[in-house]
Amino acid sequence: MEYHLTSPFDEEELKKLRIGDSVYINGIIYVARDAAHKRMSEALDAGEALPFDIKGQTIYYMGPSPARPGRPIGSAGPTTAGRMDKYTPRLLDLGLKAMIGKGRRTDAVKEAIVRNGCVYFAAIGGAGALLSKAIKSSETVAYADLGAEALLKLRVEDFPVIVVADTAGGDAYRRE
Amino acid sequence: MCIEANHSLGADMRAALDKAAETEDSPVGKHVLAQLQENLKIAEEDRIPICQDTGMAVVFADIGQDVHIEGGFIEDAINEGVRQGYTEGYLRKSVVGDPIERVNTGDNTPAIVHYRMVPGDELKLTFCPKGFGSENMSRVFMLKPADGVQGIKDAVIGAVADAGPNACPPMVVGVGIGGTFEKCALMAKRALTRSLDEPSPLPHIRALEEELLAEINKSGLGPAGLGGKTTALGLNIESCATHIAGLPVAVNICCHVNRHAVRIL
Ligand code: SF4
Repeated sequence: MEYHLTSPFDEEELKKLRIGDSVYINGIIYVARDAAHKRMSEALDAGEALPFDIKGQTIYYMGPSPARPGRPIGSAGPTTAGRMDKYTPRLLDLGLKAMIGKGRRTDAVKEAIVRNGCVYFAAIGGAGALLSKAIKSSETVAYADLGAEALLKLRVEDFPVIVVADTAGGDAYRRE
Repeated sequence: MCIEANHSLGADMRAALDKAAETEDSPVGKHVLAQLQENLKIAEEDRIPICQDTGMAVVFADIGQDVHIEGGFIEDAINEGVRQGYTEGYLRKSVVGDPIERVNTGDNTPAIVHYRMVPGDELKLTFCPKGFGSENMSRVFMLKPADGVQGIKDAVIGAVADAGPNACPPMVVGVGIGGTFEKCALMAKRALTRSLDEPSPLPHIRALEEELLAEINKSGLGPAGLGGKTTALGLNIESCATHIAGLPVAVNICCHVNRHAVRIL
């Protein structure tokens, strides 16, 4: 199936999605990778608030190349999601609804996905030039000192992804 | 050179991708390969990197023994080239100066340089930016001679299966067989720089290249790991002498963005 959806997502709409579905995302997504996850986790450990309200939001695991003048962003494809697995269940329990990345997740993450009614999407790894076309604006929310690893807020139009883990526990990477 | 390698792929890689797009029969696989073809077009037209991970700069410097380098130290020159290429070319700076303290160097230096003395009076530089999604999935196996060819096959196929979707399939697989611990890893990296339409000159190695590639593509992993028969676009093996007690095998995995640029000075 093919869907055009808006992020932050409607929970009922997320429940309809099944692995293998193509989704074109419109709206707002946040960007964080290794170092930003570490900082968020440290903030939570210290009892501080996250730099953005994570409830209902989408995080894209990505570190872009620098934008040429006049463009919102450089090449912007997904990074390996598994490196974020250590931090992910906690964020899902705090209300994070969707993730975009590439590659397999641990069982702990998959359980947290089902428990919280979330979805994990894959963007095509190595298609950073193509994906950048769907990104209309980018602003730094926090951790600017991390350079390519800063926390960003993007506005996207028809950003192409594929459902790889759904609310029913499906996993598109599982091979019999 | 840095910019060229990050904006376009070699003719061999493009041909392999086009062929895969034609022969792939899984619908999702076809969809992914079509997006990758489109991605290459956009990268070239819009002068934007094919992939945002513009890599750590790996350079093979083959120095003719009659060459005399004047005016400075060659490694400083290479690093200056990387600094300029990554800064002026809007490429991502993905290097931290210390593996534990992890502070970004800000200009993608230092490069990893492998020097080799060769006969002649030319200096050949091969620049291959290496992304770490696939580098992280690479392996070295110190097999026993008794493990033989079957052991090599299991090692390579196992490494590719473990890499799975993390390495952005369709992949290119570089294999080093023989030598010592470090030599086989270096051969595996160098194997990635050989053109995909240039098989090993050794008949038994060439046969192994073909067999392993066919076997990997039977695994069903497919483009982006979502199923299909295009798991790898190519597999190159480099081999050399080894010790009576050992059979080192290295598997260096690269994604479909197997980039390089060559200059002969
Ligand atoms: S593995 Fe290759 S294609 Fe994938 S993100 Fe890294 S450099 Fe890009």
